[in-house]
Amino acid sequence: MRYAMAIDTLKCVGCSDCVVACQMENDVPIGFCRDWVTETVDGSYPNVEIELRSERCNHCDNSPCVRCCPTGASHIEDGGIVLVTHNKCIGCGACIQACPYDARYSHPEGYVDKCTFCIHRVRKGENPACVAVCPTKCMYFGDLEDPNSEITNVLKNRKFKSLAPEAGTNPQIFYLI
Amino acid sequence: MKEELFVSGRHIPNIDPYLNIWHWQIPLYLFLGGLAAGILFFAALFTIMGKENEMPAAVKKAPVIAPIALILGLLALFLDLKHKLFFWQLYTTIRIESPMSWGAWVLMAITPMSMLWVASYMKELVQGWDWKYKWLNAFETFIIKYRIWMAWIIIVLSVILGIYTGILLSAFNARPLWNTSILGPLFLVSGMSTGAATILIMSKSKEERRTMSWIDLLLIVVELFFITHLFMGMKAGSQVQIDAASLFLGGQFTVSFWVFVVFLGLIFPAIMEVLERIGYHIPVVVPVVLILLGGLMFRFIMVEAGQLTRYLY
Amino acid sequence: MKTRRDFIKISAMGLGAAAIVAGTSRVGLGLPLFGSESKPGEKGSELRRISTYCEVCFWKCAGWAYVNSEGRITKVLGNEDDPQCNGRLCPRGTGGVGMVYDEDRLKKPLIRVTENGKQTYREASWDEALDYIAAKMKAISAKYGPESIALFNHGSPGHYFTHLLGAYGSSTVAAPSYAQCRGPREVGFETTFGSQIGSPEPTDIRDTRCMVLIGSHIGENMHNGQVQEMSDAIDKGAVIITVDPRLSTAASKSKYWLPIKPATDIALLLSWIHVLIYEEIYNKEYVAMHASGFDQLKEHVRNFTPEWAYGITTIEPDLIRKTAREMANAAPAVIVHPGRHVTWYGDDSQRSRAIALLNALLGSWGSRGGFFMKEGAGIPDHPHPEYPKPAWSWFETLNGKYPFAKMSVTNAFIDASIASPENTHQIHGWIIAGTNLPMAIPLKSQMEKALQELDLVVVVDTMPTEVTGYADVVLPECTYLERYDDLRDAPHRVPTVALRSPAIEPMYESKPAWWIAKQIGERLGLHAYFEFEDYKEVLDWQLNQLGSSLTEIEKTGVIEFPRKKGSPYLDNSQPHVFATASGKIELYSEALATAGFDAIPVYKPHPEPEEGFYRLIYGRAPMHTFSRTANNPNLTDLMKENSVWVNPRVANLWGLKNGEYTYLKNQDGIVSDFPIKVRITERIRWDSVYMVHGFGHNRKELSRAFGKGANDTELITNVMIDPLMGGTGMRGNFVTFVSNNDQTKKEVES
Repeated sequence: MRYAMAIDTLKCVGCSDCVVACQMENDVPIGFCRDWVTETVDGSYPNVEIELRSERCNHCDNSPCVRCCPTGASHIEDGGIVLVTHNKCIGCGACIQACPYDARYSHPEGYVDKCTFCIHRVRKGENPACVAVCPTKCMYFGDLEDPNSEITNVLKNRKFKSLAPEAGTNPQIFYLI
Repeated sequence: MKEELFVSGRHIPNIDPYLNIWHWQIPLYLFLGGLAAGILFFAALFTIMGKENEMPAAVKKAPVIAPIALILGLLALFLDLKHKLFFWQLYTTIRIESPMSWGAWVLMAITPMSMLWVASYMKELVQGWDWKYKWLNAFETFIIKYRIWMAWIIIVLSVILGIYTGILLSAFNARPLWNTSILGPLFLVSGMSTGAATILIMSKSKEERRTMSWIDLLLIVVELFFITHLFMGMKAGSQVQIDAASLFLGGQFTVSFWVFVVFLGLIFPAIMEVLERIGYHIPVVVPVVLILLGGLMFRFIMVEAGQLTRYLY
Repeated sequence: MKTRRDFIKISAMGLGAAAIVAGTSRVGLGLPLFGSESKPGEKGSELRRISTYCEVCFWKCAGWAYVNSEGRITKVLGNEDDPQCNGRLCPRGTGGVGMVYDEDRLKKPLIRVTENGKQTYREASWDEALDYIAAKMKAISAKYGPESIALFNHGSPGHYFTHLLGAYGSSTVAAPSYAQCRGPREVGFETTFGSQIGSPEPTDIRDTRCMVLIGSHIGENMHNGQVQEMSDAIDKGAVIITVDPRLSTAASKSKYWLPIKPATDIALLLSWIHVLIYEEIYNKEYVAMHASGFDQLKEHVRNFTPEWAYGITTIEPDLIRKTAREMANAAPAVIVHPGRHVTWYGDDSQRSRAIALLNALLGSWGSRGGFFMKEGAGIPDHPHPEYPKPAWSWFETLNGKYPFAKMSVTNAFIDASIASPENTHQIHGWIIAGTNLPMAIPLKSQMEKALQELDLVVVVDTMPTEVTGYADVVLPECTYLERYDDLRDAPHRVPTVALRSPAIEPMYESKPAWWIAKQIGERLGLHAYFEFEDYKEVLDWQLNQLGSSLTEIEKTGVIEFPRKKGSPYLDNSQPHVFATASGKIELYSEALATAGFDAIPVYKPHPEPEEGFYRLIYGRAPMHTFSRTANNPNLTDLMKENSVWVNPRVANLWGLKNGEYTYLKNQDGIVSDFPIKVRITERIRWDSVYMVHGFGHNRKELSRAFGKGANDTELITNVMIDPLMGGTGMRGNFVTFVSNNDQTKKEVES
């Protein structure tokens, strides 16, 4: 099982519903976020293009954050989901340094926190909160090793990219372009 | 025109707009760790070479600093933790892939060893020192008998301690400034250089001072070579590394690095030591303090600048 | 001179500090040594769900509020059976819970008093506040008649006060959403097709093959159903054509973006009509079957060629032809979107009419992929005695102007509140429910004049917004998650009814609007109109009439009903009787001609900015609704201030740096209260600047919103009134950059 996410940048409108839904679902403190929306603009008026991306922890296959954790608090669970065990985390911040995507943050309660692919929902057969709420339905979540899953199909039929592949972490969030 | 911005108002403290979660505690610890590593290295080295008596400061006096530096360093590290009550989790597991885990265990090993080392010389350092308990005196005899073994262990641990401070940073491939394998050796040499400088100032023997001065000079030259190598490698690397190097070659750290770390912290003390060689009398405190401050500044700059460098945004 | 009604800032001194609820902050304190792992999964097992529909915007998506075992609402999710949202709420709905636990909420009724020569508010009990209001209303009614009490409303609370005033003898009710927003398009479409567009818009986006947006910024305006359906349309390969001087989000997803010169849209629309007619690619069968006045239209647009339009709009003639052909190719599954906020330049009814004409030529009205015929469930009114007939209604306040207005014009009410020789029907009391007038309506000076003359101003609101500073009595309404409300009956493809029921008890001393209206009504002797104790009795009765019940709808949240009026699409094999005078789609409008207006739209140029000034264009952001969400902690976390979009060439000229703050000064010398952040972007044209509406609050009580960003409404001092229905065209204002409240920033020498 290898969980991953595909996000269609052609449909995303940058509404940030994914951000606030995650905040509600996961009790993320105000002022912090587990996911965020980025906009890049290119060109010169009127030949301008924009790209909108909902970003979060990429649950990398070759995750530097898991490697560098001195206590094993950062670990991998079902399907490659990278998690942090709160009462093993000492708050040293090494994993925050190690992440090329700035996906982790230091929770006010002391431990390091980040997107968990809503594993508590996934285990019940539901989609992560961000995927479930997105009004444009531009987000796909599923098992890459399942040939019949929606995500496998959409990646077969569309061009896609991932962020900073040169960082070598093998991220598992794909942006359809 | 290219524009990149957060649409969803992301502004996480200490992460946006630039990463800054490691503050003074980490570079201070890196400095103290390197210092202790350097001191202990020479202490162990000269013991193994059988030169305890020619190098009394190196072998007997300077190591007093080591446990103090290590404990202060550990304290700084502890203060840096954001989930302090769980610090003990560090010692429930060894994770080979995590330099921080090595560090935790190495420190766990070397700190008591350095205390034992100092303890074994207490009678020579302090007049009329007595352990008061029979079993402590017996223990002291035991340590003195196996000092060579301790020296071997300490020399290995001190090299690991010195080099791991650099590897700790270089293992973060997300921070292009740090992600270079030269950082480990560079920190090791810098640590050894600060250790040598400390021994230099604590030494009262002219012979010892000459030897240490030569060693220090050599270490400085090697360090300068590594620094050059560091920047040449960055400039020949990928775009993110070129951007990282430019922080020091025209960017905000240019003056602080080249003036305070390289010139005042390395070149100038080296010149003074050569002058001392040739015959001019230079008060030893000057180059030593400059080397120590230079070493401290170096680590502060590296930790802050490294956090600024990144792949995205 | 002492003013009658000072603008009072509700000071923080202990007002409403009585009930302190466990804070909105989610930060817990330190954990014990053997602290437990976070168990997010356990939340699901203890949650109860309660049926509701959202009130953050007019779309009213049905949803479920989830309450945990401690009685706290943890999240609100969409109701999957609701065709308005399909189980997915927009960011405002998802973050709506923030409104409930916002500690800046109004907590107790407030009454204006004069203490030590200064006007301020003091807390009062409900009885005191309601008695005060009833006494004043009786006094006004006795002296001037009940009609002279007016209501300004927006959203759910409006209905109860409309009912209250109706029962009392007044139909003087207005909503800013007409004259400040969608009014002109209702006129444009009604004079063409005989029907208004209404809310929600009956646009069949999910099946369209071509959608044309004239300035409409779907995706930044978060009309949930439309955003969802636009995504479906993109999936199906629909062509999107966006006409906007700014690269909006929708424009970035369009096959064609026409970066039009502002204020010239009518020329483009006319040239499109020209191309469709003269290249004979319009929908001939449809027009022959359903429309009249074709020959006049054809003659009217004879000279409005793409080349003519090019000179006005800067859109290349080739592109005009190409896009017209795309529309024709997709017809009748094409939507030339009517937009929603269309009060731009004062000729907006005519521009909307041009859009309607285009739709008529393409045959999209009543076609799949075009506009469907919406149908509502038709909820019966709870029985009450007939309303007394008022001596005069909102119509009289128009003083003979705006012949095509089918609803009241807010600005007319404001003018009617000021004593003057022309004012034959003066308004003496205002009830304001659910709308923040100073930010919703331009021409603040006129409103402030009116406020000085009124005998009674009552504000019913959840937050201490700007309008509360003018009230005699402020009544704290509870939020939508704390009350029952009317069943939602949003006409759509299929009629549905949604239930709003309280997830928690009202916090502090806030009350639902139905209760407030009933209490006032009873004090006015109107018991017969409020024959219920709890509003849920009304809901149960209404549901029984529809064949259901309250207990049944509580389980599903939404009930669907079958259509009674036939297919949502026209059968084009036979003529349909449109609600126009002729029964046909009127390409030439006799009604307009008779009233002395252009029977078919004509392009008229509008004033352009002077040198050094830039047209102020404003719009929406998907994480906020107007000015009402600017204090919501969850939504301010996404966007806490607006920014002014400036073209890089303009920024260069003025030496502006990205992220710096600047004040804006408009053509009448008005300077913004607060500075606004500069965003230098290629997405905006060099002759305009853009900002999102709803920021720049000057109420310290709104702790998160105060001073953040700039308020565009205060810079809108030039208002162009639409002569057909009184709409206030607001895009004729030009701003320049100043470094502080007074001086003009010097232009940087290049």
